[in-house]
Amino acid sequence: MSKVILHGRTVVPGVVSGEALVSHEPISGWGGIDPARGVIIERRHELVGVCFTGKVLVFPSAKGSSGWSGFFQTTRLNGTAPIGMVIGRISAKSALGAVVTRVPAVTDLDQDPCEAIVTGDWVRIDNGVVEVLSGTGGMTPALPEMEGQK
Amino acid sequence: MFLTDSEKAMRDGAEGPAVEAAMDLLIRYSAALDAERLCDIRNVAGTMTQPSPVKARLVKEHGWDKAFAVINLDSDGDFEVPPMAVPTCQLQHGFGADALDIVPYPKQNIELQASAEAFYGRHGVNILATCTPYQVGNLPLRGEHCAWMESSAVIYANSVLGARTNCEGIASTGAASLTGKIPCWGNHRAENRYGTHHIEVSVRVDNFQDWGMLGYFAGGIAGEDHPVITGSISRPDLTELKHFGAAAATSGGVELYHIPGITPEAATAEAAFAGATLPEPAVYGPAERQAVYETLNEIGTSADVDFVLLGCPHASVDQMRRTAAALDGRRLSPSTELWIMAPRALKDVADRSGYTEVIERAGGRILADSCPAMSRAAPKGTRVFATDSAKQVHYLPAILGIEAWFGTLEECVDAAVTGRWNGALR
Repeated sequence: MSKVILHGRTVVPGVVSGEALVSHEPISGWGGIDPARGVIIERRHELVGVCFTGKVLVFPSAKGSSGWSGFFQTTRLNGTAPIGMVIGRISAKSALGAVVTRVPAVTDLDQDPCEAIVTGDWVRIDNGVVEVLSGTGGMTPALPEMEGQK
Repeated sequence: MFLTDSEKAMRDGAEGPAVEAAMDLLIRYSAALDAERLCDIRNVAGTMTQPSPVKARLVKEHGWDKAFAVINLDSDGDFEVPPMAVPTCQLQHGFGADALDIVPYPKQNIELQASAEAFYGRHGVNILATCTPYQVGNLPLRGEHCAWMESSAVIYANSVLGARTNCEGIASTGAASLTGKIPCWGNHRAENRYGTHHIEVSVRVDNFQDWGMLGYFAGGIAGEDHPVITGSISRPDLTELKHFGAAAATSGGVELYHIPGITPEAATAEAAFAGATLPEPAVYGPAERQAVYETLNEIGTSADVDFVLLGCPHASVDQMRRTAAALDGRRLSPSTELWIMAPRALKDVADRSGYTEVIERAGGRILADSCPAMSRAAPKGTRVFATDSAKQVHYLPAILGIEAWFGTLEECVDAAVTGRWNGALR
């Protein structure tokens, strides 16, 4: 198990921890996610069919239609939202999207979060700071039985 | 962030709870962007009337004021919505009652939208009902600060008109409509409007299809940045730049591009890059053109076309005229439907000019207000569709789970007449 700390800028204040879901490709809102199920549906996307509900969504940027924020707001209203966002490069779409999803979010990190974080890592966002624990199998590392696990 | 005295007063409730909620959202949004201040705007293009399951539930349980608060201001408050503070238009939304017997679209959505149009019309929202407000009377001036949604309209406003807007969303345009304010960030600031990527075109680009493919390529190269296009391009028209921008905003997140000598903020390539040395270009030649074409056609396997879709973004009068010319005296295959999406105001022009009659005599339809992607609606049983739009061929397969072909308007019309896809890159 290894620990990395990334420093960045707060987009939406707050503290949250959970399992990371990392996209190396930008994410579309409208036509890119199904807000009823919290699933990525863009055909050519590396995460097509994957659910982000309850995960810390790590992605390089938002792309596509201006429906982005509205679609992520709908995930909040439907109970299918991610619990946090780590955004490589902020834009109007992703900034407003994080605001209306009302989850802790961070950007402008001192390392590329899409390389520093791997899907399944345990991530804690504390305002502008992101703590990353690798090799936890996505579980909270405080559990003693997890300590010896690779 | 810096707020003027009048902005502080709005924040503190001096203009009522709805404006207070709007200013709260704008402050949260500004913090997320790290914007230093707000700028004044008096041109909003947003969406309030588009039906959705969440909106239907909110309206049924609490009424339109609550739906606006939750969706358009991201507020949990209970208050009445005041009149729009600045000119505000509704972009494309769902289908209306005139589509009832043509489009398989829920009647309750049509009713919800009619109710929404009445509510928002009373509050001063201009129901343009198109993704191309610049075609039907909302034509911002060069340098005008706006708060627009709709990626294809944003890129057109910034690049072709030289207006200044970011790619706003439902809540930010809602807040802007009640305050006349938007974060002064990104495209609103002159220093952020220069080119970042140079694309040198070495294959002839002189028609609607090629402008769309070049746009799709440019979005892939530039991502969210600002491509500058030079080389062997013809002088484009409104229709071609509408397609180019929609495609660039689809494959990437482009909100602003420059074509030296054509778009207003770049007299020369050097000016587009603020006088700096031009970056090493990405070349768009025959191989790149072929690769884009293959990408846009990779979802098609069956050549039996059930559905032809034209007018994404919403058709210009010229596109409707050309479609009528291509369909004149012909008849659609009994197994294929053809729809052209258009602004209602321009459909009226097509009606008066006789284009609608020619298209309908062949079995096609001109439909206003919406599109299959917005409304998640295609002719019943559609498995394979064909379109001349790089944007629609990108999105619709994922939204409706259907196959897709991309070609020219004439190839699409031929597919509608024969029921078979026979397109090829020429």
